Amino acid sequence: MRLDELIAEGERVMTVCNACRYCEGYCAVFPAMERRLTFAPADLNYLANLCHGCGECYYACQYAPPHEFAINVPKVLTQIRGASYRQYAWPSGFARLFDRNGLISSLVLAVCLVLALLLASLVSRPTGVLDPPVKPGDFYAVVPHGVMAWAFGLVSLLVVMALVGGFLRFWRESGEGLKTFAQPFALRAALADITKLEYLDGRGAGCTYPDAQQSQARRWFHHLTFYGFLLCFAATCVGTLYHYGFGWQAPYEWLSVPVILGTLGGTGLLIGTAGLYWLKSISDKALADREQNGMDIAFIALLFLTSLTGLLLLGFRETAAMGLFLVVHLGVVMALFLTLPYGKFVHGIYRGAALVRYALERSRPGLTMGREQ
Amino acid sequence: MTVVERGRDARAIPPPRKWIPGFAGMTKSRFPPSCIFVKLNDQARERDHLVARNDALEPVDVLIVGGGNAGICAALSAREEGASVTVLEAAPRDFRGGNSRHTRNLRCMHAAPTDVLTEAYLEDEYFEDLLRVTGGETNEQLARMTIVASAGCPDWMKRYSVRFQPALGGTLHLGRTNAFFLGGGKALLNTCYAAAQRLGVRVFYDAAVEAFGVDDGLFREATVQRNGTTQTIRAKAMVLAAGGFEANLEWLEEVWGPAARNFIIRGTPYNRGIALKALLAHDVEAVGDPTQCHAVAIDARAPKFDGGIVTRLDCVSLGIVINREGERFYDEGEDFWPKRYAIWGRLVAAQPEQIAYSIIDSKAIGRFMPSVYPAITADAIPELAAKLDLPVDAVARTVAAFNQAVVPGTFDHTALDDCRTRGLSPDKTHWALPLDRPPFYAYPLRPGITFTYLGVKIDARANIMMKSGSPSPNMFCAGEAMAGNILGQGYLAGIGMTIGTVFGRIAGREAARCATR
Ligand SMILES: Cc1cc2nc3c(=O)[nH]c(=O)nc-3n(C[C@H](O)[C@H](O)[C@H](O)COP(=O)(O)OP(=O)(O)OC[C@H]3O[C@@H](n4cnc5c(N)ncnc54)[C@H](O)[C@@H]3O)c2cc1C
Ligand code: SF4
Ligand code: SF4
Repeated sequence: MRLDELIAEGERVMTVCNACRYCEGYCAVFPAMERRLTFAPADLNYLANLCHGCGECYYACQYAPPHEFAINVPKVLTQIRGASYRQYAWPSGFARLFDRNGLISSLVLAVCLVLALLLASLVSRPTGVLDPPVKPGDFYAVVPHGVMAWAFGLVSLLVVMALVGGFLRFWRESGEGLKTFAQPFALRAALADITKLEYLDGRGAGCTYPDAQQSQARRWFHHLTFYGFLLCFAATCVGTLYHYGFGWQAPYEWLSVPVILGTLGGTGLLIGTAGLYWLKSISDKALADREQNGMDIAFIALLFLTSLTGLLLLGFRETAAMGLFLVVHLGVVMALFLTLPYGKFVHGIYRGAALVRYALERSRPGLTMGREQ
Repeated sequence: MTVVERGRDARAIPPPRKWIPGFAGMTKSRFPPSCIFVKLNDQARERDHLVARNDALEPVDVLIVGGGNAGICAALSAREEGASVTVLEAAPRDFRGGNSRHTRNLRCMHAAPTDVLTEAYLEDEYFEDLLRVTGGETNEQLARMTIVASAGCPDWMKRYSVRFQPALGGTLHLGRTNAFFLGGGKALLNTCYAAAQRLGVRVFYDAAVEAFGVDDGLFREATVQRNGTTQTIRAKAMVLAAGGFEANLEWLEEVWGPAARNFIIRGTPYNRGIALKALLAHDVEAVGDPTQCHAVAIDARAPKFDGGIVTRLDCVSLGIVINREGERFYDEGEDFWPKRYAIWGRLVAAQPEQIAYSIIDSKAIGRFMPSVYPAITADAIPELAAKLDLPVDAVARTVAAFNQAVVPGTFDHTALDDCRTRGLSPDKTHWALPLDRPPFYAYPLRPGITFTYLGVKIDARANIMMKSGSPSPNMFCAGEAMAGNILGQGYLAGIGMTIGTVFGRIAGREAARCATR
């Protein structure tokens, strides 16, 4: 669908919903919608990023197809959300990376793997990556610490810049100042929603995902993925602290903090992403945007591969295969990093920001209208 | 009469979800693996209980005609008593649930705040509200019984996993008198249908009952149109829950004449009153005025059927309403719109060509619930009249006369304010502000029928009364098809679903007892 058609459809659907409002108890989208009488593209972008496509409002809709109004809120909001990722992408020229994202991510992955291998064979001892290092588990014998730190430090910086750029675009479009973003009450509210996945909970019953019956499955798989990711991130931070703060070099003990965090996180990621993929594959296609499958699956797959290679590396770090596993793991992580700002990961940024805006809006008076019972 | 051998398992209702050890009631669970298990099991079960298109209609204990709220409540309740139950629903699966699909709440008595209702709403106040809207045309015994039983409805529904909006849900300003279904009537029905299938109720879609075999008040079988063929089904007891005849255009025209052609039907196209008429032909006592219907003024651009709630217009009291001749015809500001919208259906129906136009100016924007169709807009009244294809001079005159008659006051659309006109016929008695700030907006109005009043007479056990004055041995009725027993005329928001739920439960229980006796 062309963008203007998509926006027109979003406007039509929200106009019907705003006259109906039966779904106002499901999620943040409807109360936010009720504060508006018209739906400009910027409003639709905001509403779309408040929606997580749980499907509740589709199954509950008396106007869902085959009714002639053919209302399908999750579908149109998902499509608009996808389009908004391109619109906010920073730098703008990279927006195209969202198109055929699955293919691009695979290519990035391949390139990263090759580069990592090349790099490793260039810088490590001439014997090559498959030779056991002098000290078992000595990663830096394969890829020197300096190279790793520089490569990932630089990429992280670029990634953070791109993500911040996207966020600023989103926030500017909302018409709110940067100062209002930093209101502690709004940040707290958004953080609570995110950490509990309030809106995937459906007041205890869960969401209608992957099909018409409520289930907590998606919420729990998302929790595993999200907290798994955070634990892995925490493991890296602790490792960095050990290295620079205390001068303790990897590899760390099996029962050391970084290894425990990484193992827990990696396991969570493995189960979480596999579960999310499974749910997605059996989910109701009536509310999905098929064009985004590539992007969704690429992100899930990279997360899965990151944790899988990480855990394998851990398991085989004292064997001859360590070098190979390390190089593959680094390649995968690099690909994950590089694709972060131009893939599904950005949903976290925009959704988070939309929830902050939602909390801000709720603190202000809305429209007062007579209400029909 | 042994129609069905009720085997052991007909009585053994599988308790919802408990059969997976340790995973009871897991929809509410926060523990992940169990929800996944339950989900898979439920899916499997739903498949088991869905009847295939070509399955035969087998004899059953309790036959339910109509799968709206009343019918499904009756099915659940009959199953609670251990009877085997079959539901025949005229609509295809996607449109199952009749007018109940379009509802949003039900009216409940309650002595103290609950999780879904604020403050208190006691029997006497409820009954007085009912007396007021019906002008006393109600059966006090049945009405009070319904009111008292309404208190238990939300909890009963919750037992089947129905969800309500919390009473104090942040920005949501919900009612003291009405409990709102989370997601509205279709969500409610989805949940109830899932529960019914879990409990082993057989549901046949695309199955419209067109005749009944009744001997001397004793129900024997129903004739069903299904898959393009005529089939029969026998049952020990029958519950009629097929709504009114509001979607039957020919019947409407019989009653209201050619004007009915311009009526819009707000709800399901499947409530054609065929089953009702067929039953009334068997010496069943009728109830309710056959020439009465509940009609509101809705946007004339609404679809002929099933437009539901979004086609309503809430701006009438903020402006003026004129007919095709460009004349006003009723006090637009008589009372708050929710209290008045039900009389506007009939008012518009009485106008030439059954059409009228609500006209507001830009001062009214943002003061009423947004409507689904865009307003017709112009910068001057004559231009607007021309766009509406109305007599330009007459409209201009009407607006000028109205503007002149407005007396100064303090406008407040949330109260019965003192902004009114003087010297007009009819005057507008509240919220009268001159129409003087362009752009001007117009919405066309037509009568939209919600439901009809004709039904069958029942007693307190939901037992259908025969003309002879005695109850039928095995026929029962619930919902819109018997609402006329309580609503002689008028309507109280939310009482339709209350009547359906209360009498659905009673009818299902009584039918099951009668069938398994
Ligand atoms: C737009 C709208 C909004 C409303 N909002 C509310 C509200 O918020 N609260 C409230 O209390 N009330 C509301 N009402 C009124 C409410 O819908 C009815 O009072 C209530 O749904 C009646 O329930 P029922 O089960 O008797 O009928 P229905 O829900 O209409 O069910 C009748 C069923 O019978 C089936 N059927 C019909 N003929 C046959 C046949 N011959 N054979 C087999 N099946 C047949 C139909 O397909 C249908 O599914 C509203 C009505 C409308 C139109
Ligand atoms: S999704 Fe359907 S039922 Fe829900 S608010 Fe929109 S129109 Fe109403
Ligand atoms: S799909 Fe879910 S999150 Fe999106 S609008 Fe509907 S109820 Fe809200």
